[in-house]
Amino acid sequence: MNPLRSKLLHVSALTAWVLLYALLPALADALAFGLFGLGRGTHLGEAVRFFLYDTPKVLMLLMLIVFGVGVLRSFFTPERTRRLLAGRGELTGNALAALLGVATPFCTCSAVPLFIGFVSAGVPLGVTFSFLIASPLINEVALVLLFGLFGWKVALLYAGTGLILAITAGWILGRLRLESWVEPWVYEARSPGGAGGIGTDAGFTWRDRLQLGRDSVRDIVGKVWPYVVLGIAVGAGIHGYVPEGMMASIMGRDAWWAVPVAVVIGVPLYSNAAGIIPVVQALLGKGAALGTALAFMMSVIGLSLPEAVILRKVLSMKLLLTFFGIVASGILLIGWLFNWILT
Amino acid sequence: MATKIQILGTGCAKCQRLYEHAEAAAKAAGIVYELEKVTDITRIMAFDVMLTPALVVNGVVKTAGTVPSVEQILALLKA
Repeated sequence: MNPLRSKLLHVSALTAWVLLYALLPALADALAFGLFGLGRGTHLGEAVRFFLYDTPKVLMLLMLIVFGVGVLRSFFTPERTRRLLAGRGELTGNALAALLGVATPFCTCSAVPLFIGFVSAGVPLGVTFSFLIASPLINEVALVLLFGLFGWKVALLYAGTGLILAITAGWILGRLRLESWVEPWVYEARSPGGAGGIGTDAGFTWRDRLQLGRDSVRDIVGKVWPYVVLGIAVGAGIHGYVPEGMMASIMGRDAWWAVPVAVVIGVPLYSNAAGIIPVVQALLGKGAALGTALAFMMSVIGLSLPEAVILRKVLSMKLLLTFFGIVASGILLIGWLFNWILT
Repeated sequence: MATKIQILGTGCAKCQRLYEHAEAAAKAAGIVYELEKVTDITRIMAFDVMLTPALVVNGVVKTAGTVPSVEQILALLKA
């Protein structure tokens, strides 16, 4: 594809996106109340309209953001992140690591090589932990779903508390000086010279970056869309039918024990953001408190049993338990805090 | 001399896909090749790779953290 044609294609795709997005409410109305002839204000009419509006809205947002993040991420390779973090002090290092964790791509199966790569290149242990906590916890899919289904306030709240959690937990872990609890072979597996980055961030052209953006749309949106559709269908049902306040007695803000229960259930569970956020929406719709829902969501996305099994290769059992313990306690505090603040 | 192709990864679904792509590309290239899966983490770290799966051709890391298409691997093998 020649550069001009590629540019034209991307610009026209973006224009089509904006037009379609602006037309979505009218289209959903026309389909639900016009074509299907459902009555406004009826249970079925409102549920169908909600589904027809929210599904394309969330999927379109997801496509745009995932594309943008895919392009952006071609600038943030783990090698560059590691260079930025090596030898950083406390707090600034933790904060930088948490922010870079959001921007640097990595999947759970890369946690071990990443951990060794960071630690052996002189990135402090606590700073590495900040990175490991922030990266899965705060990601574009979670933020788009939160924004699309709950609005920007909840999305910001989640991102903000997630960052604070990653920074603080990493800082505490760094303060505890637990380097000796890392499996000894990690420090022996010192990478040769730490030159790194062979062939991974060398010489990306804009064409490559746009290609990476399109690839991540295909990979990520291709994988999560069934969850999104299913989740919104459940949400639509709740929106139209379930009476308000059904969950209030179990997961409401007066039930203080609901937060620890949510964390204990959430930690071993493993799901991506797309799978869990619609469930959380259902819980919130039935009257669950936001803090409890937030704690559940964070413990499912941020910590998981498979992650623990993978990290056990590089962390001693003591360190692994300390790590999970501190992060889980942080999530617990966040849950309680929000239930207490928000009325 | 046979081209040495190594797939670095601890065995997730992406590593398996990369292995299949690499095999298809090597066959399409019509070269004499030797394909190996490297799952041992200390050996993976010796390549200084932080993202898996990674593709190594004759000891040089070509890609990391992605699953390139058969065509892309074919281009890498010819280069």
